[in-house]
Amino acid sequence: MITLNVNGVSREIDADPDMPLLWALRDLFKLTGTKYGCGMALCGACTVHLDGQPVRSCSVPISAATTGRITTIEGLSSGADHPVQKAWIELDVVQCGYCQSGQIMSAAALLEAKPDPSDADIDDAMNGNICRCGTYPRIRAAIKRAAQIKRGGGST
Amino acid sequence: MSEANAGRRHFLIGLGVVAAGTAAGIYVAPDLLAQSAAGKASSKPPVDFQPHAFVRISSDDSVTVIIGKSEMGQGVYTGLPMILAEELDVDPQRLKVEIAMGPEFNVPNLGIQFTGGTLSTILSYDALREVGATARSMLLSAAAARWKVDVALLRTDNGVVTDSNGARRATYGSLAEAASQLPVPEKGKVALKDRKDFRYIGKSQKRLDNTVKVTGQAIFGSDVDLPGMLVAVVARPQVFGASVRSFDPKAALAVPGVVEVKQVPSGVAVIAEHTWAALKGREALVIDWDTAGNERFSSEAHRAEARALSRKPGMVDRETGDVERALAGATATFDVEYEVPYLAHACMEPMNAVAQVTPGKCELWVGTQNHTMDTVQVAAALGIEPAAVKINTTFLGGGFGRRASSNADFSVEAAMVANGVGKPVKVFWTREDDTRAGWYRPCSINRVRGGIGADGMPVAYHHVSVSKPVLTQSPLAKFAIRKDGFDPTSTEGSSKLPYSIPNLRVEAHNTTEPVTTLFWRSVGHSTNAFIANGALDELAALAGRDPYEYRRALLADKPRHLAVLDKAATEAGWGKALPAGHFHGIALHESFASIVAEVAEVSVADGKVVVHRITCAVDCGFAINPDQVVAQMQSSIVYGLSAVLTGEITVEGGRAVQGNFHEYTILRLAETPVMDVHIVESDGPLGGIGEPGTPPVAPAVCGALYAATGKRIRRLPIPASLA
Repeated sequence: MITLNVNGVSREIDADPDMPLLWALRDLFKLTGTKYGCGMALCGACTVHLDGQPVRSCSVPISAATTGRITTIEGLSSGADHPVQKAWIELDVVQCGYCQSGQIMSAAALLEAKPDPSDADIDDAMNGNICRCGTYPRIRAAIKRAAQIKRGGGST
Repeated sequence: MSEANAGRRHFLIGLGVVAAGTAAGIYVAPDLLAQSAAGKASSKPPVDFQPHAFVRISSDDSVTVIIGKSEMGQGVYTGLPMILAEELDVDPQRLKVEIAMGPEFNVPNLGIQFTGGTLSTILSYDALREVGATARSMLLSAAAARWKVDVALLRTDNGVVTDSNGARRATYGSLAEAASQLPVPEKGKVALKDRKDFRYIGKSQKRLDNTVKVTGQAIFGSDVDLPGMLVAVVARPQVFGASVRSFDPKAALAVPGVVEVKQVPSGVAVIAEHTWAALKGREALVIDWDTAGNERFSSEAHRAEARALSRKPGMVDRETGDVERALAGATATFDVEYEVPYLAHACMEPMNAVAQVTPGKCELWVGTQNHTMDTVQVAAALGIEPAAVKINTTFLGGGFGRRASSNADFSVEAAMVANGVGKPVKVFWTREDDTRAGWYRPCSINRVRGGIGADGMPVAYHHVSVSKPVLTQSPLAKFAIRKDGFDPTSTEGSSKLPYSIPNLRVEAHNTTEPVTTLFWRSVGHSTNAFIANGALDELAALAGRDPYEYRRALLADKPRHLAVLDKAATEAGWGKALPAGHFHGIALHESFASIVAEVAEVSVADGKVVVHRITCAVDCGFAINPDQVVAQMQSSIVYGLSAVLTGEITVEGGRAVQGNFHEYTILRLAETPVMDVHIVESDGPLGGIGEPGTPPVAPAVCGALYAATGKRIRRLPIPASLA
């Protein structure tokens, strides 16, 4: 049995220790907000936080996640009210939406590390997240807006 | 659920729908919903007023717009409801949206339900307005009858009917039951709003799917979870057209969690309790493939054959004047080859589908663009009636044409895997499965000739296209392609140029390689805008003219095209000083009834191409939801740039070389240029918006690279080093 702490709740699962965290989250925990995109840490669709750090859950075996706190998109906020989510809504970032859980988790981790990120910081932090709909310019703008909201900038 | 809806094909995909005690965003099958509703029929269910399949107004004051189009990013989930809301007079942000399947949602005149061709808004606009206006008129009539006043004295305002002095008011919900008793006015009897009175259309509305998509609640096909559901992956042939000779399931069956291994028409399926077990099981499978000689196919060798074919006369799409004579008498000519590669769609969500097959019936949960064709082909594969196939539409994690596959590959396969299992089965595709499955934008090899007269203006344009065009593989081929086999998608965007060129001939050859091809965002335009604009640039260069001025001169009698071209050039600062080492290129293309011009600003340093800015102008008649028009232009440009800069599927030994994102690279955030989009309003008809932004990207970038380097790019993608 392997114990994982996901979104503040610890649960035991009976699974292959090599199973990627992504599949444990999606198939066993039924948390489907985290997406599969490549299985090789190339696209970022599966990004979750492990002890606050963004990780690609497709490439983290569950055996490597047993001691950490895992946060998924479902655990990021209780009512779509994380500053990043608010900014995403304000600027109509999403299109198909499939990559956006990963984008948002990467952006949220960036803002924890750098409350006022530069364009270069955004390039670095977000370059592992592919969006096939090309929402990139809005992602860049929304991260800057989220930083404002986080600092108490409120809604425009 | 009301009786009226119980038989309908509704599927809740996470849009905050709370019904029968189910939480928002959780997928519940309609049948399960009905069961649980029956179990606790304590509170009185709301009464529905549903004058048409497109709208339902409930006594709880909820207004639901039901659409038959798939949301794959393009914004139909917001734009279509907005149109109905305009005439109904309800704030679109209040709406609930459902996606449904049924004959009412068929594309007019085609008799099939599908989402594609950038047609959703164009073909739904009139009907949605009519239904909105009809529902509103019935609510007004219900209020007039209740208050015993002349209906002409009543007004509406965001879901409320009031009398002329505002003394009495009734919400739509409070009138729903009364309205539902009234006869539905005949089509065409209800007056529509004048465009100048629009409150919502033409003003940017926030997307109605924002919240579910920033919280992970939106349900895509791959997220569907049904009681007892199993997960399967299929080992498909790596060589195009190969088939299973034999296989050994023993090692796969030994993997914990693997339930069954079985052959299906598309390969060998490994069915398991969860995805990881299915993947491990597939790794352990041993299969002997019959590659049927296709292992000798390579895309490079194919190109050489296609080049030779391009020198021969093809099926004539369009001919005016006498191209040969004009070229013989031209002041200067060019005779070159333009080539584009196979391209995968690379939707962020790989293909997938969930199927449950019960005796004589099949139910699917799938993100498809192709409802009717999937239904028909699943029915044929299972040997059941199409009416016995039910499709529940999820959100689509990208479509771009891939989810409109000609043979319904992902839906049919899921049905065949699930057939006989007795439980619902989700067929999961890995990225490599998805990239290597074929259904690519055709590799197109083209001979292009042109010539100018003494005045420098074009006298001739000749284009011979060689490709495996997409409609030839479609079940609709017999309706869509000409008797001689000519497929209009092979030359679309080349044969009907907005420029007046007196002598023109556009021809096509069809190839029959084992690689399957399919619609890819903007279809033939993705290739032919590159060719047509490239030819214009070649002609301008022969004449020693500026590419922008040259196009202007040729568009003198096309005011809409000219306005778009001028807008893009002006906003980009065409002809003005640019930062050192930066150069401009320009392209104009009309597709899907919209006209788009783009100016690319690029630089080349140490052979490496950097695209700094794309200035885009679009005339789509008028914009329903302007900010989403901007979003679709940005999206189409990024999609086009990935193709221009690196996009290519090559085939060696009969198999696609590229599998994952390290081999088939997609533009990333740091490489994305500034995009400056301008909407040019016109009195033109409503145009599409999901695709027309892609075609001009390649020629605009390549025009700029010619300005930068003097090298004409005629083969995409751009070489990795231009040094």
